[in-house]
Amino acid sequence: MSLPIVELTCISCPLGCPLKVETDNEGKVLSVTGNTCRRGEDYGRKEVTAPTRTVTSTVRLKGGSAPVVSVRTKGDVPKSRIFAVMEEIRGAVITAPVHIGDVVIPDIAGTGVDLIATREDV
Amino acid sequence: MKIYDVLIIGAGVTGCAVARELSRYKGSFLVAERAPDVCEGTSKANSAIMHAGFDAEPGSLKARMNVKGNKMMDRLSEELDIPFKRIGALVVCLSEEGLPKLRELYDRGIENGVEGLSLLTGDEAREIEPNLTGEVCGALLAKTSGIVCPFELTLGLGESAAKNGVEFRFDTRVTGLRREGDCWAASTDNGDILAKTVVNAAGVYAGELHNMVCEDKLRITPRKGEYCLLDRTAGGHVSHTVFQLPGKLGKGVLVSPTVHGNLLLGPTAADVEDPETANTTAGGLKEVAEKSGWAVRDIPMRQVITSFMGLRAHEDSDDFILGESAEGFFDAAGIESPGLTSAPAIGEYLAGLIAEKLELSPNESFDPIRKGVPKVADMPIEERAALIKRDPCYGNIICRCEEVSEGEILDAVHGILGARTLDGVKRRTRAGMGRCQAGFCSPRVMEILSRELSLDLTEIRKSGKDSQIVLERTRKEGE
Amino acid sequence: MEHDIVIIGGGPAGLAAAIAAREAGASDILILEREKELGGILNQCIHNGFGLHTFKEELTGPEYAARYIVKVKEMGIPYLLSTTVVDLQREGDGITVTSVSKKDGLLQTRAKAVVLAMGCRERPRGALNIPGTRPAGIFSAGTAQRLVNLEGYMPGKRVVILGSGDIGLIMARRMTLEGAKVLCVAELQPYSGGLKRNIVQCLDDYGIPLKLSHTVVDIRGKERVTGVTIARVGEDLRPIPGTEEDYDCDTLLLSVGLLPENELSRAVGVDIAPVTGGPVVNESLETNIPGVFACGNVLHVHDLVDYVSQEAAGAGRNAARYVLGERAPGGAGIPIVPAGAVRYTVPCTIDPERMDGEATVRFRVGRNMRKAVVTLRAGDKELIRRKRPVMAPGEMEQLTIKREWLTGGGEALALEAREEE
Repeated sequence: MSLPIVELTCISCPLGCPLKVETDNEGKVLSVTGNTCRRGEDYGRKEVTAPTRTVTSTVRLKGGSAPVVSVRTKGDVPKSRIFAVMEEIRGAVITAPVHIGDVVIPDIAGTGVDLIATREDV
Repeated sequence: MKIYDVLIIGAGVTGCAVARELSRYKGSFLVAERAPDVCEGTSKANSAIMHAGFDAEPGSLKARMNVKGNKMMDRLSEELDIPFKRIGALVVCLSEEGLPKLRELYDRGIENGVEGLSLLTGDEAREIEPNLTGEVCGALLAKTSGIVCPFELTLGLGESAAKNGVEFRFDTRVTGLRREGDCWAASTDNGDILAKTVVNAAGVYAGELHNMVCEDKLRITPRKGEYCLLDRTAGGHVSHTVFQLPGKLGKGVLVSPTVHGNLLLGPTAADVEDPETANTTAGGLKEVAEKSGWAVRDIPMRQVITSFMGLRAHEDSDDFILGESAEGFFDAAGIESPGLTSAPAIGEYLAGLIAEKLELSPNESFDPIRKGVPKVADMPIEERAALIKRDPCYGNIICRCEEVSEGEILDAVHGILGARTLDGVKRRTRAGMGRCQAGFCSPRVMEILSRELSLDLTEIRKSGKDSQIVLERTRKEGE
Repeated sequence: MEHDIVIIGGGPAGLAAAIAAREAGASDILILEREKELGGILNQCIHNGFGLHTFKEELTGPEYAARYIVKVKEMGIPYLLSTTVVDLQREGDGITVTSVSKKDGLLQTRAKAVVLAMGCRERPRGALNIPGTRPAGIFSAGTAQRLVNLEGYMPGKRVVILGSGDIGLIMARRMTLEGAKVLCVAELQPYSGGLKRNIVQCLDDYGIPLKLSHTVVDIRGKERVTGVTIARVGEDLRPIPGTEEDYDCDTLLLSVGLLPENELSRAVGVDIAPVTGGPVVNESLETNIPGVFACGNVLHVHDLVDYVSQEAAGAGRNAARYVLGERAPGGAGIPIVPAGAVRYTVPCTIDPERMDGEATVRFRVGRNMRKAVVTLRAGDKELIRRKRPVMAPGEMEQLTIKREWLTGGGEALALEAREEE
């Protein structure tokens, strides 16, 4: 049986190298090929072992100038948790005033990352 | 149940013209329209030309109504406060063999009583219209031909009628007609209507209505025409409406400025089965681009801002069907080109017949004057400043491409036949008709409609019942 | 009313221009913004990825805008909101700016200098002449973005996107996160105009297919969109008969290009470059009308907002020098001529007398290239040669020109990009 190979496009720079990341059956990275530089290798490793993303969306705002206010996760969350994060975002309601950086939901979806407001509405 | 003197079916240009002319008499008149607004069918999408009248067969109703309707337009446009320009038309001939045909057209025009006709050589034509192609070897100049905004004409007629007492019922489709005593009973999807007389101004559906009640059947074929509209930067490419004399390559398309300064190309002509047809086609649009180039050179096709299509209601007899076709049932059927031009004359003619039949007396309080939504951007600066001072809403620009203010949109919404849809606002104010095609202004116009009509944004429609624009909130309201 | 500098537009370009003009010593500045708040289009761009160059951190659009808005407020630079400029006219050696608003009515402001920062608009469906019906449910991607992100409404549930510009890609993800099904993104060109990162994180992450060399050939539905047909296109970019695929959907989003919005520029007599759709400018980002400067997306469409801010700061500084009388007396500018794959340059001319020690020339190429080389030549003399491993039409490029290179006496400069031999 051949070892799992994941094919990715590197997003570290506009080159967009086509990466091949070879892992063993436990998911440990054995090799990254196709990259032009070190950043490509790092990206390949992380993307295969622990991909993360920032989630941006809006939450319902009461008493503000708009019905919603924009938010983001303060840091990256595991890619697999994006929809769990969205689920909590959908249920949240906050009340104006709100300031950039205000914590809207602490430790969202158990990721250890806070959801913060990205906009003023006073 | 109230018995109306006249039920007019269809709020297109013909129905509205009949309604306005009837309002010169005392009586109770109702216009039933299946769409949410006036001018949603055949009247909406056409060439917007006030034809001179050289084209129709001498002696036909088309010829009579066309020439008369054209002559009525100067006064009518003033009374209704709508744009109308007699820019003149050129029918150009693209081959020597066609020249006798051009002469025929001239003679027919003279016979029809058209004024201001003259025959030009190719060079004379190019002198007054420099972008004509080298192929043009002769032209018929018709000075009385003009351009108009079909929507504003229809709305003007409709609002004038409403102002003088005619009722309008929108979202009301007549599905059946039967005699009840001395009356017609119309069943609709919005309640029944009783009337002594009925006017059938139902456009592509006029055949269907006629055939419900008349022995001699009509056959109306929807004839599809596709158009391209170019940005105002191309509006000066020609200064006359340029028609092509049908030649060996077939029937051409016209190239014309519009009253709003755009350039219009089209139409194609293809008979279709379905009167609900609403699509343009790759072939049709290609044909428009190709054929317009036969007569006019260097048309900047990159400036196309939109394309659209309309249906003409073509009747087999090739003439308008006007008059009392059954007891108390008046047809205005087969109204295809030159229907827009003829509408005022058709209105006058049919209203006269009905008034005579019902012995209606004149309405002394008839007021011919109707004011449209002000065009704030076109005002002299002092006038604009004063208007904004009086009502600051005229200073809040909603549509940036056409420079339409909130005040104008409020006027459109609260007018006598007020706009209730995005298309309704667009046609009354031009908000959304410009270069960005409503990209910026549609959310803001939706907000105004929602506020003024107390509707949720999800209830705001583009036009028809099922044309919702947004479907739901992203976040539930409430707690 | 009179002001030294009037800035038209309070988006990223206008804000950066105002700050830089103030820092360069201009005290009398007014910003005119048509929306009800400053920040421009950034307010609806709630995704992250802004500011990596400027702030070395990843901000969302509103956060990026807020940095500049705070600064404008701290500096006490006046601005008028919900104010639309409707006309610009030269009068004497100044410009008369006519604006309207609910609050202040019709205003005519005399300005010594004007900075054009009106941004751009999206290409609409009509410009593509897509056949079919004209129902509700067809949106430009930016309109959909506003509806979702600012108004809190979903424009549709089953979505096809035409055009793989960045806004289209961003909206593919955004609509997906909000519960819509994005069926595919069709792109006419054989490559995407969007950033790699957006293709990976907005499409690949959610399994949304990107169909290159495809376009929409039919739209169905009389009142609301009920479906679209997509077909493959050939090298001539025309649909290939027989390759049609039908999609049942209620929404078509268009992300098919941005057009600088220069109606006001034309009104005052500014020359427009056909390739960019933006004003022809010199090294000071000044147009052919003295005292009228341009920056940001009204000048040429940028890929990153960081570059908009940089460019706009330049325009603001130059406008300040202009009104303070600090500009060197200029001679004639040296033309910069695009060559090879270079489609355009901003600026179009450069005046060694008036430029700072260095000037940034921004440009785009017309095709994808690997192992490319960019050269700047004055006649036979090569002034600079830079290798670029990859160049793409979607990415804005820049090159720094040093004043000391321009001693050759006015000979035109050729900026060329081509594959390495």
